[in-house]
Formats: sequence, structure tokens, C-alpha cells
Amino acid sequence: MRPESMKIFDELRNLNVLTVQNAKREGKKVVGCYCTYTPQELILASGASPVTLCGTRQEPIPAAERDLPRNLCPLIKSSYGFAVTAKCPYFEAADVLVAETTCDGKKKMYELMSKIKPMHVMNLPQGPKGEEALVAWAKEMNILKDWLAEKFEVEITEADIRKAIKLMNRERSAMRNLHATTKVKPAPITGVDLLVSVWTKGFNINKEDGITLVEQLTAEIEELTAKGISPFTNETPRILLTGCPVGFGSEKVVRLLEESGASVVAFENCSGYKALDRLVDESENKDVMVALAEKYLNIPCSCMTPNEGRFDLINKMAKEYQVDAIVDLTWQACHTYNIEAYAIRDYVQNQLSLPYMHLETDYSESDVEQLRVRVQAFLELIQGE
Amino acid sequence: MITAGIDVGSVSTKVVLLIDDEIKYLVRPTGWSPRDAGLHAYQELLDSAGCNNNDVSGVVGTGYGRISLPIIDKAVTEIHCHARGANYLVGQGGLLIDIGGQDSKAILMNERGKVVDFAMNDKCAAGTGRFLQVIAAALGVDVSELADLAENRQPLDINSMCTVFAESEVISLLAKGSDKRDIIAGIHRSVARRVWGMASRFGPAQCVIFTGGVAQNHDVRNRLSQEAGCPVIVPEISQMAGALGAALYARELKK
Repeated sequence: MRPESMKIFDELRNLNVLTVQNAKREGKKVVGCYCTYTPQELILASGASPVTLCGTRQEPIPAAERDLPRNLCPLIKSSYGFAVTAKCPYFEAADVLVAETTCDGKKKMYELMSKIKPMHVMNLPQGPKGEEALVAWAKEMNILKDWLAEKFEVEITEADIRKAIKLMNRERSAMRNLHATTKVKPAPITGVDLLVSVWTKGFNINKEDGITLVEQLTAEIEELTAKGISPFTNETPRILLTGCPVGFGSEKVVRLLEESGASVVAFENCSGYKALDRLVDESENKDVMVALAEKYLNIPCSCMTPNEGRFDLINKMAKEYQVDAIVDLTWQACHTYNIEAYAIRDYVQNQLSLPYMHLETDYSESDVEQLRVRVQAFLELIQGE
Repeated sequence: MITAGIDVGSVSTKVVLLIDDEIKYLVRPTGWSPRDAGLHAYQELLDSAGCNNNDVSGVVGTGYGRISLPIIDKAVTEIHCHARGANYLVGQGGLLIDIGGQDSKAILMNERGKVVDFAMNDKCAAGTGRFLQVIAAALGVDVSELADLAENRQPLDINSMCTVFAESEVISLLAKGSDKRDIIAGIHRSVARRVWGMASRFGPAQCVIFTGGVAQNHDVRNRLSQEAGCPVIVPEISQMAGALGAALYARELKK
């Protein structure tokens, strides 16, 4: 049985657009973001609303390929395609954009995109370790703060930032609880539903309403669990998905896994749990920018070198979510995740002793049947045929 | 007990009837309808064996058309069927390479034919049977002639992995006046290198078991042996490994 609240999330996709447009009409500023490295706290503290931008669908990719190379990651092409075709309502609503230098493809694409809307790009350190990286990233926080203050002609106080940190931590906690609902065996909801709810939430600029909605969904899922209701059985193989971000429109691998008889219970990727694992330190005596820098710098994305945090997080989640296997998804031409897959395979097979499969694909449907063979063969393998 | 395995591949459909330990088999082109190809080939084999569907205790389908067959008890992926069939034919485990019409696979199996790990080529058809068909057409020869033409020839370097680009590369080599036989040898070596590149993750191997349609090409076989640095075993009915594996699964299912 599907939770009733999921219907609200299904409708939220349309509702989110109206919410953004209404906010704009009321004079609210909107800041478009692409990545979990964006410190939403600073945007909230400036009085503006952060909103995720579209980038998980195939449709605008041909338009993007007029300007961008074809053998580029579909996420970059889709994001850019939405921008140039004016098909993403959130992009259209955004007054300014904030992005980060997470990869070479994105940072060069942002140069082109910045001709469409005012954009600030934060220089992300190459690695999470060392005092220099933290100092540099804290400085980037200050530069962003000043940029927002100037753009929106506001003063951003420390109190504003502290308030925003509390709000964002509440949101993260609510999202963490939502993710945690699938720790039970069998999971009470499908991975596709979990993904849809987490994803649509990102486009909701109304933070308080969003938190309430997520809490409502979580409570309802917990009721299902208490009644022992689940779309799966105790024998259904439980999968942890890691790798590149997955969103609505690019959920084909999650769908294939579940159509083939698995249950995707954990999303380690940044569109899932990765950025929720750590909260921002709320201590009053802590420098607020350092607190933000610490949190965001420690997101274990493959753009970081070294990226040991990802191994630890996979290990922790594999245990907490009682997974039977790990699937690592790389979007075509995402070099960092693609190369890191080698080390992840070794770690998963040899340290965690779990079956592992790496898939490289794009948003198109062109290889679905081939992927289906690999997914089904992988499930046959972990089920002992 | 009689069981059947139907392997509907992208190019050909293979059917095996396992009558106790006797293997009867049939290969037919798949054509445009995987469903019809599978059903007709199955019926044809039943007729020639003098039995009907009621005599068959179980049917397992495999290959890309496996889901379209209405008569099967179960669908099992070709990865597992090839392993099971190849293991039955050669009586050992190890590293299995299967090159079919549209894809190539490297499968690591235990001594009972159970899959331990596997790799499969991505999207494109480089290094598959289809690749050889395209090149053969560009050179104006039949696929069945490739092996003899290339035997003992000095392979030319073919650098393109993409089927279409490799075809252009072949055409430009012809334009330069290169010998057709050396070009084919080069193509065979590139097929062997590509598939071994994928399989070597599971290596080094004592020997490689090679199945699928391309395994019929003895020059590819020899060049694969050179790349892998070990002997290559090709079962006599290498093309039937998948269908045979499916029939063996059907037998287990009904035990």
C-alpha cells in the first residue's frame, strides 16, 4: 500500500511552481542552486528563497548539445538545456544563481550560463582535509554573503545566519528521519517513492511547509511499518545506491532495479542522504562561517580528493540499512565518480564482502534493455539464482 | 525427463531439448519478431524430436527476447544460462567469454557453473557479432569467410572502437591499398583486445572458455588466446550454451 501522503508529493510538482511564482509576485527573491554544496543558510539569511533547478531530464539535452560537447555528463547538459530553452520554471523564477566548481564540466558550463542570469560561482577546495581548505572555504562563504547582500541590497547579520542554520538543521533532521523509514526489513515504501518525495521537496521553497509535509509522510510510513505493510517481502534483495545524483526523470536505474524484484532502500548519493549526514554546528561560541564551512566541506563528493568520507558513509549505511548489495551509478563522462568506482568496487567486495555492480549510463532510454539484463543477472547472482 | 531452453538472441534463436542426457538443438534466424521466432523454432524442434509440448516438463527462456515468450515457466538472464550451459559442455568452471550478436560478456563462474561476477559491454556494438557483420559487408565478404581469410595474416592496427568509425577506418585502409586479409586480421585482433580488456579484470586465467556465435571464428579464437596468454576452449556447440543452460535450469526447476 502506497502512503496517502505520496499523493501530495505527486501533486507537489505542480504546486511547487505556483509557490515559486506566488513568492515572486509578493516580491520575494529567489536563488537558483544546482548542488548540495550551496550553503542554503546564507541565501535564507539574505531573505531570499533557495530553490533547486531542473537538470534530471532528457528532453532539453538536444538543445544543450548545440553549445556543449555531446560526450558530456547528462546532468550538465540537461541543466544547461533547461536554461537555454526556458523550460524550467524555477530557473525562470530565479533572480540570481549560485553554483560551485564541483567539476570541470560544470564550471565551464557555468561560464556560458552566466550570460543568461547573474551567477556567483564558489571556488570549492580540491580536498576536505587541512586547515587551508577550511579557511579558504570559510572565505568563500563570506564572499557569497557579501555578494548576496549587494545583489539584494540587504544586510545579512550573524543572527540571521544562526536562525537559518537552525531552520536548515531542522529540515535536514526531518529528511534524515524520512530516509530512516526504509531501515526496517522489508522497507515500507519503494525506492522510487522515496526518491520522488525527496526530489520534489527540493523544489519547495517554503521551508516550514516542506518540513511539516516530510514529517507527515514519515509518520504515515511509520504507521505502515507498525502494521507490517510493505510492497516487498523479507526475501526482497535490499540495495544501496551510490554514485551520481538521481532525480525525477533520471530514475531509470532505480526503476529497473525495483521492476526486476529488488528494493532500493538507501540512497548514498548527494540527491539522497550524502548531504544530510552532518548538521551545521549550532554552538553559539563557534564562528558561524567556520561552522558552515565545516559542514559543507565534509560532504563526501567524488569531486574531493581524497574522498575517504564516502567509503565511511557507504560502510555505515550498508550496515544501518541492512543491504544485500551495492549499485554504483555513474552518469556518462562523470570522470570523478567513474574513476572512484574502481576503489569503491574494491572496498565493497573486499572490505564489506557485499556484491557490487557499477553501471555507466545517461538519461536516455537507449540502453534500458541492456541495463535490464545486467540488473536482472546481478539480482540472480545475489539471490543465488 | 524432457526440458527445453529457448534462447532468443538479437540475431539468432537457439532451442535445446534436453531428453535425459541427450541434447537436441536447432538454430534459426530471429528476424523481426522474437516471440514468433522463439515459438516456431521450439515447435520445429519438438516436431523433429517426435514429441509435443505436453511431454516437456519445463521450459526456460533466455536472451533478449526471453520476456516475450508466453510458454515459458521462467525467464533467466543469458549471463546465468551461458555460464550453466558452458559449464555443462566443458565440465569445468573459470572465466567464460561469450560474444553474441549485440553484446559481449565476461563471466566468472565456479566449478558448478554458478556465476561469481560478470561484466558486459556498454551501449555500443564494438567487438560483437554485429561489428564483424558490418566489417564483412564493407569488405564484400561473408562473415563465415572471415576466419579463413585472416588466418596467419599480419594484423593491421585498427584503432576505432566504434563500429561505424571502424568501418570508415577499414575503408580508408582499403583506399591506401592495404591487403583485405591483413585488415580482417586487424579487426579480429581488435575484437580480441576489446573483449579481453573487459575480461582481464577477472584474470589472469588458466584458460578461457569461449562461447557465442563469434566463437565459431577460429581466427578470433586464436587471437583471443594470444591476448589472454592462455588456451581458449570452445565447446563444439558453443552457440547453444545459453539455450542449453536454460534447459538445465528448467530441469532443476522441475526436480
